Amino acid sequence: MARIDLVDLAHSYSGNDAPPESFALKPVTMTWRQGGAYALLGPSGCGKTTLLNLISGIVTPSRGQILFDGKDITPLSTQKRNIAQVFQFPVIYDTMTVGENLAFPLKNRGVPKAEISARVKRIAELLDLAPYLNRKATRLTADAKQKISLGRGLVRSDVAAILFDEPLTVIDPELKWQLRSKLKALHRELDLTMIYVTHDQTEALTFADTVVVMHDGRVVQSGSPAELFDKPAHTFVGYFIGSPGMNIVPAHVDGREARIDGHTIGLHRNYGVLPADAKIEIGVRPEFVDIAPPASGLLAATIERIDDLGRIRFARVRVGDSKFAARVPPGFSVPDNMAGLVFDPAHVHVYADSLLVEGVA
Amino acid sequence: MDKTVNQKAWFLVLPVFLVVAFSAIIPLMTVVNYSMQDTFGNNQFFWNGVGWFKELLDPSTDLGERFFASLWRNLIFSAIILAIEIPLGIVVALSMPREGWTVAVCLVILALPLLIPFNVVGTIWQIFGRPDIGLLGYTLNSLGINYNYVSNEFDAWATVIVMDVWHWTSLVALLCYAGLKSIPDAYYQAAQIDGASRWAVFRAIQLPKMNRVLLIAVLLRFMDSFMIYTEPFVVTGGGPGNSTTFISIELVKIALGQFDLGKAAALSLVYNLIILIVCWVFYTVMTNAGAERPQKEGAV
Repeated sequence: MARIDLVDLAHSYSGNDAPPESFALKPVTMTWRQGGAYALLGPSGCGKTTLLNLISGIVTPSRGQILFDGKDITPLSTQKRNIAQVFQFPVIYDTMTVGENLAFPLKNRGVPKAEISARVKRIAELLDLAPYLNRKATRLTADAKQKISLGRGLVRSDVAAILFDEPLTVIDPELKWQLRSKLKALHRELDLTMIYVTHDQTEALTFADTVVVMHDGRVVQSGSPAELFDKPAHTFVGYFIGSPGMNIVPAHVDGREARIDGHTIGLHRNYGVLPADAKIEIGVRPEFVDIAPPASGLLAATIERIDDLGRIRFARVRVGDSKFAARVPPGFSVPDNMAGLVFDPAHVHVYADSLLVEGVA
Repeated sequence: MDKTVNQKAWFLVLPVFLVVAFSAIIPLMTVVNYSMQDTFGNNQFFWNGVGWFKELLDPSTDLGERFFASLWRNLIFSAIILAIEIPLGIVVALSMPREGWTVAVCLVILALPLLIPFNVVGTIWQIFGRPDIGLLGYTLNSLGINYNYVSNEFDAWATVIVMDVWHWTSLVALLCYAGLKSIPDAYYQAAQIDGASRWAVFRAIQLPKMNRVLLIAVLLRFMDSFMIYTEPFVVTGGGPGNSTTFISIELVKIALGQFDLGKAAALSLVYNLIILIVCWVFYTVMTNAGAERPQKEGAV
């Protein structure tokens, strides 16, 4: 059990002398609370697996430090770090039974036999693997194998954190839900720090208390799912989280007004005068833009298609050169392809060079 | 649904049938035919029934004695080279680099012995081991070790075995290396996290994952060594005495040396049968021992 601090941690696979822009993980300083459930979310190649492997010690960082409870463990090998990791594809030892698989990490550490069998029994019960203890592990399904991989981490009583590297990739959708709730339950029960890498926002948002969004080797925002949804700190977060993602359009912002395509929208906050050389955009989630019949006070849009998601409908529209997604209110039928857009000013955010600008209320 | 009936399709099988007939069926049946008859030349044949087989399997006759002696020699030879080449091949594969330019260098060096024609291998070792001009033979003798594969049985065996190990360990190593390469990195990382020692990694991950290729390696090496002819024939000619006369060498002596077609045919058939049976036994034992392989994913 431990708090994990990353201090100016960075990594490049081609060595420390590589140009800073080519680093797989750009310098990051952050703290992972003891007992927290974290998700590292980002597209493939954004550096999330690199960060995970740095924490587990599979990769040694080019720069910076990793502290467990304030103790620098950067130079320590994986074995000495008390970390458990579950990989994308289930890793099980083919020739062993489920019980032997679970006992393996303890046996390697020379734990007395009686203690091993007690721990294995307890963990098997926790993971619902008890009936299979004497079965060959190869015969089991992918989700059971993933549970075994997890179990090999959990049997160790000294484990500081459990890292998950897209552990549900090979699991059937229906079982994914079960396994994910199992993880949540385990997290509550065992008070372990869990770090979960994924590119699936649903997985991240349902699993974690804190979601860390990564983009191009950088941590762009870290916050609760609600924060990420309501107030994305970076246009990437807005667009990556949410389905469909946030609408981001270039605009001219002045004080409490934003102008798009010659039309003016009121803003909730005062943004004063923004730097002239920055790229100014406004971002608004489709959930906070409604389609309405065309009217003179509304931003005019052309409807290209309507996606029916069952409980909610989204219209894909075009305003000038930019594309927009907007909510179609229940019972609204579109007379023709022309429509007006109604914005909820409280949820319109302003971005300068992709970063959120905090206005004054 | 009605199936289309088109008997002309049989003609498409004809080329394969012809090739198989001329390459396998006809020669095999000729041998079966010979094994049941006796001849004194002039293309005159006399029916002998299972006479040759009876003689072959009876150790009190000359033919039977020669057969069992060479069979025994052959089994010992195969057992020895398997016992050396399989572990040695695994060790070589384990110590090879996993990435970088050295991989290519290692692979080429390993492949070299496999590319040399059998009788060239024999000739190399025949000269290499000669006490008068061979590097190996001369060095050993000048070190005070009395080594002469022409006159000493033990030296002859040692030479033939070392030659086979030199020639074929590469094959085992390459197969094992391929097996090792197919293990995803995650396995090693997981083992590292589980605190596994080098030996535990080998026992729990590498050996089980090499299971399949090892089966192939054992089968190939057994068959090849059981059928070995060229190299020992070139090096020792089956001697000294009959000490390195393996079944194939005996067979050639009977068929071409004495021109006893009937005896040779009977011997070939039994020889063939032994190889088939031993391979089948190996295969069954090893697939079952590799046990509960993921034939199908069991439900949980």
